[in-house]
Amino acid sequence: MADRKTLQAEKISGHSGASPGFGVQRDFEVCKLVDTTTCIGCKACEVACVEWNDMPFSATMFDNTYQTMPETRWNFWNLIKFNEHPNPDGTIQWLMRKDQCMHCADPGCLAACPADGAIVKYTNGIVDFNQENCIGCEFCVSGCPFNIPRFNPGTKKVYKCTLCSDRVGQGLEPACIKACPTGCLKFGSKDDMKFIANERARQLKENFGMENAGVYDPQSIGGTHVIYVLHDATDPERYGGLPKNPTIPWSYTIWKWLFKPVLGTFALFGGLGVLLHYIAVGPRRPQPEPQEKETVHGNGD
Amino acid sequence: MATAIDRFDEKARRTFDSIGRTEVHRGELLRHPVYTRLLHWAVALFFFLALFTGFGIYLPWLFRWFTPFFGGGPLSRILHPYFGVGFVFFFFLQMLNWLAPMLWSPGDTKWIGNIRRVVSGEETLDPPETGFFNAGQKAMFWEIVAGCIVYLITGIILWMGARTFGAIAVAISYVLHDISAIIMLGGIFIHIYLSTIGEPGTFQAMTRGAVSEAWAWTFHPAWYKKVTGRDPREAYEKARQQQSGAPPKSS
Repeated sequence: MADRKTLQAEKISGHSGASPGFGVQRDFEVCKLVDTTTCIGCKACEVACVEWNDMPFSATMFDNTYQTMPETRWNFWNLIKFNEHPNPDGTIQWLMRKDQCMHCADPGCLAACPADGAIVKYTNGIVDFNQENCIGCEFCVSGCPFNIPRFNPGTKKVYKCTLCSDRVGQGLEPACIKACPTGCLKFGSKDDMKFIANERARQLKENFGMENAGVYDPQSIGGTHVIYVLHDATDPERYGGLPKNPTIPWSYTIWKWLFKPVLGTFALFGGLGVLLHYIAVGPRRPQPEPQEKETVHGNGD
Repeated sequence: MATAIDRFDEKARRTFDSIGRTEVHRGELLRHPVYTRLLHWAVALFFFLALFTGFGIYLPWLFRWFTPFFGGGPLSRILHPYFGVGFVFFFFLQMLNWLAPMLWSPGDTKWIGNIRRVVSGEETLDPPETGFFNAGQKAMFWEIVAGCIVYLITGIILWMGARTFGAIAVAISYVLHDISAIIMLGGIFIHIYLSTIGEPGTFQAMTRGAVSEAWAWTFHPAWYKKVTGRDPREAYEKARQQQSGAPPKSS
């Protein structure tokens, strides 16, 4: 977990009331910009991530592509996804996309999480897991539109990219950004990154004839704090299954925040109901009741 | 099929009757044998263990104080499915044990239609066709059977998680699992109330296994008639007249 002095929690999973300390200091929303058009697939960011987060060796799996392993793992948070996309004119495109936690403005994992303080969203946009509070229920896995959280069967906890909250909290860039040799990864405020991304998309359209070039910052979840420049923003699916309109399942929004407490209260009314029945109507006794219990009604004894 | 279940239940009841004891005093009737009682309390134990571990996961901002009793959140999460499996397992045995007396009869539909008088306390004696179980008990029994099926299917999906069954299956199961729990939670209040202070004399059916004859002809007249061969209404009238110096009640 990041330094509490420098990162202010905005949302806390499973927590009643306001997040303590929220609004005390204003902060830039941070953002990671991934320009898929200049990524060469060198995997320097993967190595930097594993190094900085001090993760144990994770055996790779060769599947005849330029991809280190099929999916991210609990100890491998950052994976360059490789896809071969056939163009209509018969040529093929090699697509490299850095797959990692998107740090959604409206995080589905946090909405799904039932454990108090296991998932925290900071005011700077970083969504972080606190494993000490995680109960290992894996609801976050089903709440995430990007299939990011990974369960460690050994510790029974879930892990994912922290956006190097420990580094960012101290004013440093994330490890992957520092390692990127081509400059395809950039880090800064969300406004600045969006500006650069839009400029780059404009450049691709005007100078490279990519009419569909654009920025991936899905508004269906309020935007993300990792944004992509894509050759073809109309079809993000081709970049290893990037959803066009990511959404949080309704069971984690309307059910959890409205119907759950309401119906839970109704169930408790069952207890209240029988209590009132006992007071107002009273028990049904085996008949005939013993005569000494035949009291006169209403005399108050 | 039915005979195989009967043979299994018969054997289980005999085995447990040879281990445990049910004392039926004068003026009492045997209600539940040892086997039924043990199953009932095994179901109850696992129900509450699963309920309390589930509470912390269901509404943590209200019930998070439950989880420390089970060793904290992670352990509650690990234990909850095992408690649930225990609940479903013992209730399954109870279902086999009670399948025959729980079958719905036309008298039960009449009983349900009469529910307002029962709740308001106007109905002092249950209708004469009320057998070993009344319609309310049968409704609760079949609700738990349905609930157990929902628990089992959705519970396994939630247990194995999105990695095995996919995010959509988990998101749907999560809601169904909750709804099933809410219905059962509402039912358990009524069940506990009616079996203790709501209808005095009932609780001993599940502890000692025997009930008074008055209890039987009041709440389960058809069952009383079946086991004693006497008419429940006549027995009631006789008991009323026997009460010392009691003038006939005008009800």
